[in-house]
Order: sequence, then C-alpha cells, then structure tokens
Amino acid sequence: MKKVAIGLLFMIFLLPACAFAQTVTSTDLIDRAKELDGQTVTFTGEVIGDIMRRGDYTWLNVSDGSNAIGVWAPTEMIGDIQAAGRYAEHGDKVSLTGVFNRACREHGGDLDIHATQVELLAAGYATEHAIEPGRVVLAVVLTLADLGILARLLSRK
Amino acid sequence: MLPNRNHESHAKPILYFIGVVVVGLGSLMGIPLIVAALYGEWKIAVDFALSASATLLLGGLLMMAFRAYRKQRLGWGEGMTVTAAAWFVGMLVCAIPYSLSGCYNSYLDSCFDVMSGFTTTGLTLVQDMDHLSNGINMWRHLLTFVGGQGMVVLVLTVLTRGVSGAYKMYVGEGKDERLMPNVVHTARSIWQISLIYLGLGTLCLWIAGMAEGLSADRAFLHGLWIFMSAWSTGGFAPMSQNILYYHSALYEIITIVFFVIGSFNFALHHAVLTGHKRELIKNVEIISFTVTVTVLTLLVTLGLMRDNVYPGAVAMFRKGFYQLISGHTTTGFMSIYARQFYLEWGDVALFAMILAMLIGGSACSTAGGFKGLRMAVIFTAFRRDVSRVALPEATVSVRKYHHIRDVVLDDGVARSALLIVIAYIFTFTLGTLAGMLCGYPFGMSAFEAASVTGNVGLSIGLTSAAIPWALKAVYVVIMWLARLEFMSILALAAYVAMKVKKK
Repeated sequence: MKKVAIGLLFMIFLLPACAFAQTVTSTDLIDRAKELDGQTVTFTGEVIGDIMRRGDYTWLNVSDGSNAIGVWAPTEMIGDIQAAGRYAEHGDKVSLTGVFNRACREHGGDLDIHATQVELLAAGYATEHAIEPGRVVLAVVLTLADLGILARLLSRK
Repeated sequence: MLPNRNHESHAKPILYFIGVVVVGLGSLMGIPLIVAALYGEWKIAVDFALSASATLLLGGLLMMAFRAYRKQRLGWGEGMTVTAAAWFVGMLVCAIPYSLSGCYNSYLDSCFDVMSGFTTTGLTLVQDMDHLSNGINMWRHLLTFVGGQGMVVLVLTVLTRGVSGAYKMYVGEGKDERLMPNVVHTARSIWQISLIYLGLGTLCLWIAGMAEGLSADRAFLHGLWIFMSAWSTGGFAPMSQNILYYHSALYEIITIVFFVIGSFNFALHHAVLTGHKRELIKNVEIISFTVTVTVLTLLVTLGLMRDNVYPGAVAMFRKGFYQLISGHTTTGFMSIYARQFYLEWGDVALFAMILAMLIGGSACSTAGGFKGLRMAVIFTAFRRDVSRVALPEATVSVRKYHHIRDVVLDDGVARSALLIVIAYIFTFTLGTLAGMLCGYPFGMSAFEAASVTGNVGLSIGLTSAAIPWALKAVYVVIMWLARLEFMSILALAAYVAMKVKKK
C-alpha cells in the first residue's frame, strides 16, 4: 500500500514536470514568452561564460546557438557542470527542465528558467585555434618595414 | 567652413595628419595584442601583430611622404576634413583585426562594428559573441572608450605635442567646450577625467562581479570592459545577453551611475572637480536632462503598466527604467532581449524610447542625440518668442540660461541649435525610410533608426548580420554623420566634390 501511495505521489507531482514539459528553443522562449509563461519547459544548450554561484542557487547562461537564456538552479543540482563555453573551450552541453518565467518576479523581471532538473549531456572540450604561419611571416616583414620608416622619420629630425 | 579653394596644397597636410592618426590607432592595437598574449590566445595575438604592423606602415608612409607639411596652418575646412577622413580611414584599418579573427561575415560587417564602437553606438554584427577571445573583446571596448573621449584629438595631442589646427579637429569631433585656454590641455583634461573614473569604475564593477559569482580575473576584465562601455555611453558588452548576462541588480545600478555621469558635459565635470559644485544644480543641461527623464519615465511606466508587461516596481525599475535611462544617455546597455521591445513593450513605451534616444545626453560628452543643451536653448528661445508676442512691443525681452556661466540667448545660438536638431530629425527620417525600403515594419525601422541616429545601440531586433548590405552601409554613414554632428562630414564631402570638379 505504501509503495502504491509513493508511486501515485510520484505520478502526481514529478511526472508532469518531466513528461509534460515542452521542449523549446530560445527563439520559442522569446517569441512565445506570453504563451509559455509559467509552464514547465525543457531546454537544451551549451553553458557559456561563467557559472555564477550565489549561495544555495547558481546562475547559468545556456545558449542553443541563437540566444543564451538565464537559468536559476539549486547549486547542488549543477555539481556535474564544470565547463562554461569561452574562446578556448566549448562548454558543457546540458538539458534542463524547469519553470519558464517571461518576467520573473523574483529576479527583477528577467526572462529566465527556474530549473528543477539539470542533466549533463556532454562534457565540454578545448577548442583549437591554429596560427597561420603566413600571417606570422607577413607580420614580421611588415614590422621590419615599420622599423625602417621609423628610422627614416627619426633621422630627418 | 569649406576647405580652402587652393586644395592641392591643403591635401598634403590633411594626409599628413591622417597618417598621424593612423599611426596612433596602429599603436593602440598593442593593448589587445598584449591581452591576447597574456591569455595565450596566440592566433589572435598574431592577427593583432599583423594588423598593427600594416596600420603603422600605412600611417608611417603618409607621415613620411607629407612630413614637410606638418606645420602648415589648417583652416576650419581642413581641420574638420582631417577629423571626418581620419574617422573613415580609422574605421578601415581598425576593422583589419576583426576581419582576420573570422568573427565577422564580411569586411563591411567588421567596418560596421568599428564605426559602431568609435561612435559609441554599440550595435554589433559579430558572430558567436559568447566565444569571443579576450583580445577581440579588449579591442571592441577600447575602440568605444577612445571614440567616446575623442580619438583624433587624443592622437594629435599625444603624438604631435599640439598643432595649429587641433582646435578645429576637436570641434570636428563634436566637442566645442574649452575646459582650458589651450585645446591640448583641454584634451588632456578630458582624458584625465576619464582615466580617474576608469580606475574608480573598474574597481566598483570588479568587486560587484566577484560578489555576483565571477572569478577574480573574469570580474576584472568584465568590470574594465563594462566600465569603458558605460562611461563612453557605448553599449558594447562581452556577452551576447549584454547586461542581462549578469542577472544582477548591483551591476545594473553601478552601470546606471557611470553611464549617467559619462553622459554629462566634460565642462560640467571640470567645473565640479574644480570646486564649482553648485553647477550640478544650476546647469541647464542637468535641468533639461532631469525634466526629460522624468517625463519619459512616466510615459514608459504608463505604457508598460497599461500592457501589464512587468510584475511589480522592482521589475519595472530594472527593465523599464533601465532601458529608458540607457537609451536617454545613448548608452545602449540592455537587460532584456531585443525582440522583447517589439513583442511586449507596446507603442506608448516604444514611442517614449524613440524620443529618449533622439534627445540623448549632454553636449561635449561621450553621448549622442540632439543633446540636452540644444533642447534647452530651443525651449528658452521658444519661451522668449512667446513672451515677445505677449509683451508690449517696446519691451525688450532678454532670456538667459546657465551653462558654466550665465549666457544671454541670441538668435544665432538658437538658430544653430535648431539647425542641428533638424539635421538629426532629417537623418532619423532617412534611416527609418531605409529600414522600410529593406522590408522592415515602420515601428522596427523607426526604433532602429533612432538608435543609430542617436548613437545609442539599443536594438529592437532588426540589426543583425543578415540585414541587407545597403542597410548596413546606410547605418554606418548615419552613425558617422551623427557622431561628428554633420559639419565635419559636410566639409569632407565639399572637399571631395571640389577635387572631382577640378578633374
């Protein structure tokens, strides 16, 4: 009997948040904000910039390539997230489910998601930015020419 | 105002001074080069080394070729032509590192971002901003900081120890206040004021950044860049969400303080810093700014409340007031997504935003727009003319306004102010028309045109790398025209027209 009750409670309170969450893009969140306001959504993207810890909760900014969306998540929930995307690395790819706010009352009107579930889909990785040797040679040649002009300008003084 | 008819001989000193400015900009590239190297961004460091060496070569060749003309006295036309042409050539050379970085779709997009930075507009066409290198971000914010204070005068005062035409070039950059008797000292004074605030502002934002969860080095860099942008009323930010990225009321309040101070007249700063604190209460630009901010805040609040856009006073302040004050000071920082303006704000609030962006900040500041001083002069002239009608014919009506000192309003000043405002309105109309001709709705086109004309940088979602090249080119020209307040570019156009006619 106890197991059945727990099962029912799970179905009533937890399943709707996951099973009935709409999968959305950042463009949906911005363009259909009024329609989606207060609903549970699932959003997937790359964590970018900084993981900003504010006590028990943390701000993440998650980008799906079109826009980055602010995500307010319990700090304990984001323990697996290590890498935020920057110039030298691609951030962790996450899927998160939570309540979408068009203008969050708690956060001064921010358009955000209050996460109830965060899942790490793929760990971040370092990105390569190869130097082009031709540019190095050209820079050296031009710098030598600059020095020649500088010497000429100074000698005329 | 037009260049001397003997333009053959005057082309050479103009080219010499353009060379000096180009050398200055090439030297400036050393700063992002160092930042890139410090953070191990070697590809970007090489791009900056290549860009700097090419820029220095061009500038050096111009200086060498026309060195004999460096002491030739420049007239008003030549001085202004130097400024306008230097901004254009400066745009072309400063776009080199952007283009080499691969962060822009075309050279035109790179030029757009440079002009947006120089003119402290803040609109951007950069791709994948959230993965930009520190070197490129340093360059973006440095350009807006230098552009805001006055690029040509800085370069000329640092590299040439003062030249005869420096005051004309200074006026050509849209500044005409003499803080000191000598223009070189005036330019240095402007830079001293800005550098004092740079230290203070970066410190405040650095601490705020760490308090909000950024690491110490990231908080420092973000603090430095956001300050450069705020003080210059620029609007660039290192992340695509702009100020919204930080999700921080503290960050928003600090930026408001610095961009409002940054939008004030440098003559006012100088007066206050030299002990004339009452100027803060008496100055006509402060009064004008207070009145327009109050009226437009009421209008924005009314519009947002009518459409029930934000829940509660805090949200109304952080979204409604923040965008308004950012637009009014022509900063362009945003704490909402661009399309939220279009989708949620409603016509009343957008109308107030357009007015705020067109009015802009103070004269002789880093801000754009009509300027509060001109609004005050036109309003005072209007009151005087109304009172002339009401009073007996024999009565002499004299109106004064206080700007650093009591100034008697004369017809010449009023006419000049009105002409510039009309030129801004005409440019805004052209910008709106250009947007509509490219297929965008009137509201979007008008909002973006006001942002470009006022050198603001707020976007309703129109500006992107996907807009037609012709519209990008129109926006570049409008940003350039509006920042230099028309006269310099008209002088350059007259100069080029005369050259063509002679051929």
